[in-house]
Amino acid sequence: MTAPTQVAPPGTPARRRRRGRWTLDKISFMAVFLGVPLVIYLVFVISPFAQSIYYSLTDWSGFSSTMNFVGLRNFRALLSDDLFLRALRNNVILLIALPIFTLVVALIFASLVTVAGSSRGQVRGLRNSGLYRVVSFFPYVIPGIVIGLIWAQIYDPSAGLLNGILTGLGFDRFESYPWLGDERTAMAASIFAMAWGGIGFYMVLFIAAIRGIDPQYYEAMRLDGAGRFSTAIHLTLPLIRDNVQTAYIYLGIAALDGFVFMQALNPAGGPDNSTLVMGQLLFRTAFTQGKFGYATAMGVALAIVTLAFAALVFTVNRLTGADKDTGR
Amino acid sequence: MTATQTVAEPTVAPAPDRKAKDTPGERATATVAHAVLILWTIVVLVPMLWTLLSSFKTSSEIFASPFHLPATPQWINYAHAWQQAGIGRAFLNTVIVVGVGVAVVMILGAMCSYVLARFQFPGRRVIYYLMLAGLTFPAFLAIVPLFFVLKNFGLLNTLPGLTLTYVAFALPFTVFFLYAFFRTLPYEIGEAAAIDGAGEWKTFFLVMLPMARPGMASVAIFNFLGLWNQYLLPVALNTTRSNWVLAQAIASFASQAGYRTDFGMLFAAVIITIVPVLIVYIIFQRQLQGSVTAGSLK
Repeated sequence: MTAPTQVAPPGTPARRRRRGRWTLDKISFMAVFLGVPLVIYLVFVISPFAQSIYYSLTDWSGFSSTMNFVGLRNFRALLSDDLFLRALRNNVILLIALPIFTLVVALIFASLVTVAGSSRGQVRGLRNSGLYRVVSFFPYVIPGIVIGLIWAQIYDPSAGLLNGILTGLGFDRFESYPWLGDERTAMAASIFAMAWGGIGFYMVLFIAAIRGIDPQYYEAMRLDGAGRFSTAIHLTLPLIRDNVQTAYIYLGIAALDGFVFMQALNPAGGPDNSTLVMGQLLFRTAFTQGKFGYATAMGVALAIVTLAFAALVFTVNRLTGADKDTGR
Repeated sequence: MTATQTVAEPTVAPAPDRKAKDTPGERATATVAHAVLILWTIVVLVPMLWTLLSSFKTSSEIFASPFHLPATPQWINYAHAWQQAGIGRAFLNTVIVVGVGVAVVMILGAMCSYVLARFQFPGRRVIYYLMLAGLTFPAFLAIVPLFFVLKNFGLLNTLPGLTLTYVAFALPFTVFFLYAFFRTLPYEIGEAAAIDGAGEWKTFFLVMLPMARPGMASVAIFNFLGLWNQYLLPVALNTTRSNWVLAQAIASFASQAGYRTDFGMLFAAVIITIVPVLIVYIIFQRQLQGSVTAGSLK
């Protein structure tokens, strides 16, 4: 408590702002530096967001000048629109399955790389694990549409790699199995393709987080006789939970979108619409059916689901005892 | 001799075993770990190698067997993809739109985040939260009105229009990342520049921007990848075929009916699309992975 009473010695980096007068230099500087980016941002990002909330309350077709305010009618219609509910359900399946699969696999790989080395002396990772990290990250830089297309070909019933491998291994019933054309497997196959693209990224994220943990914790745990698995569950996971939360939110938002992947894997929405996502339906409703008001209502619904999801993740994380001293 | 050794062993064991070999259990763990990771490496690499291999085959060879090598490498697939499928044109468009977009968003983002980070003025918080909103909301929410915004400006289906949209949508991320960066630069330096008579403009361009170079590089790579991979915005806002970007040209294969597709050409197109990003990744691999770290551990 003595520090605040002391006069700061010269040179102390007390946050001094230049509270200077508004010179021409400064005015022109602020106008250009803040004004130009802000105008572009407001016109192309914020204003469309705001407009779409209004359009969602109208029956606008997009190309006519007539636009009637219909209140919440679009939203009520959405609730009884089977196709929309189907797409919503598919998005929710994605929202649950994609993050869990991706995160569990990424966490396992990250743990293997960081703490699977010798248990003598310091805790250390596998030898020569750099290559795994570099290669696993590869798919993350490949455009989503390309990942989708590659996997669509891999899953191809007659010429695809997957059936080629399976029949080569003697599973003859996979000779022309349509992975994306069968309702039972279309969604799972799509989720695997999406996870293939993301696992490496989250693995790198978690490796960094685990490396940031003080090795003394691991040593203490080991002295207590804990095995690797229980160390991972009781030590690593709690200490990197903020990173897991962030990753979960990223992945959840990706799952609520899913447009690019699904468009490449199954442009028409899959067998019996089993992989149709809200983005695809929104796009179709707006740009091929010309129901812009209705389509923006879907956009608003999608935004609401996204925000609700983020809020849920934060709440759950808080209720289950997220910390205390997280200074993010 | 063997007997004496086994007897002698216990007396050695209590000593610090720095140089002792790993126990069998540990070696087993390491072996399993390597096996799992090698398996995943294969799962990652095989589809890519298969794509490469298929890009040199004819359609009938692709249908015959997924594994066989092409009888003669069909380089013509690349020529066809480049010209007939319009990949060449799309490639050029992508380079222009993404190149200009990244350059513009970097300069605008640096300017905006610099002002937000280092100046106090009314409305600062509001602007900050507006930027946060841009990161949070899905682009789908904006896509329909955005279509008409661009139409009203006469920018629909034009490359400048698409570039401007890319800039606007990449701005929030850029500002956030650089905002944190500019806050860490010491204030004394700006003051020293002011004492030396540098105005705000000079201070920024000659002092601050060069100091922010490492942060700028990371964000630029992320923006490059993000915009190169962009799909929704071009598909909705840039439908003139001659203005297509790579994602669109490649997507047109996805919507074609099976029989008419030239599969060799499709795979060649995929390879042409992947190679530039893989090169960028391999060159900047360390920096990219480093910034994943920096971004997540803030």
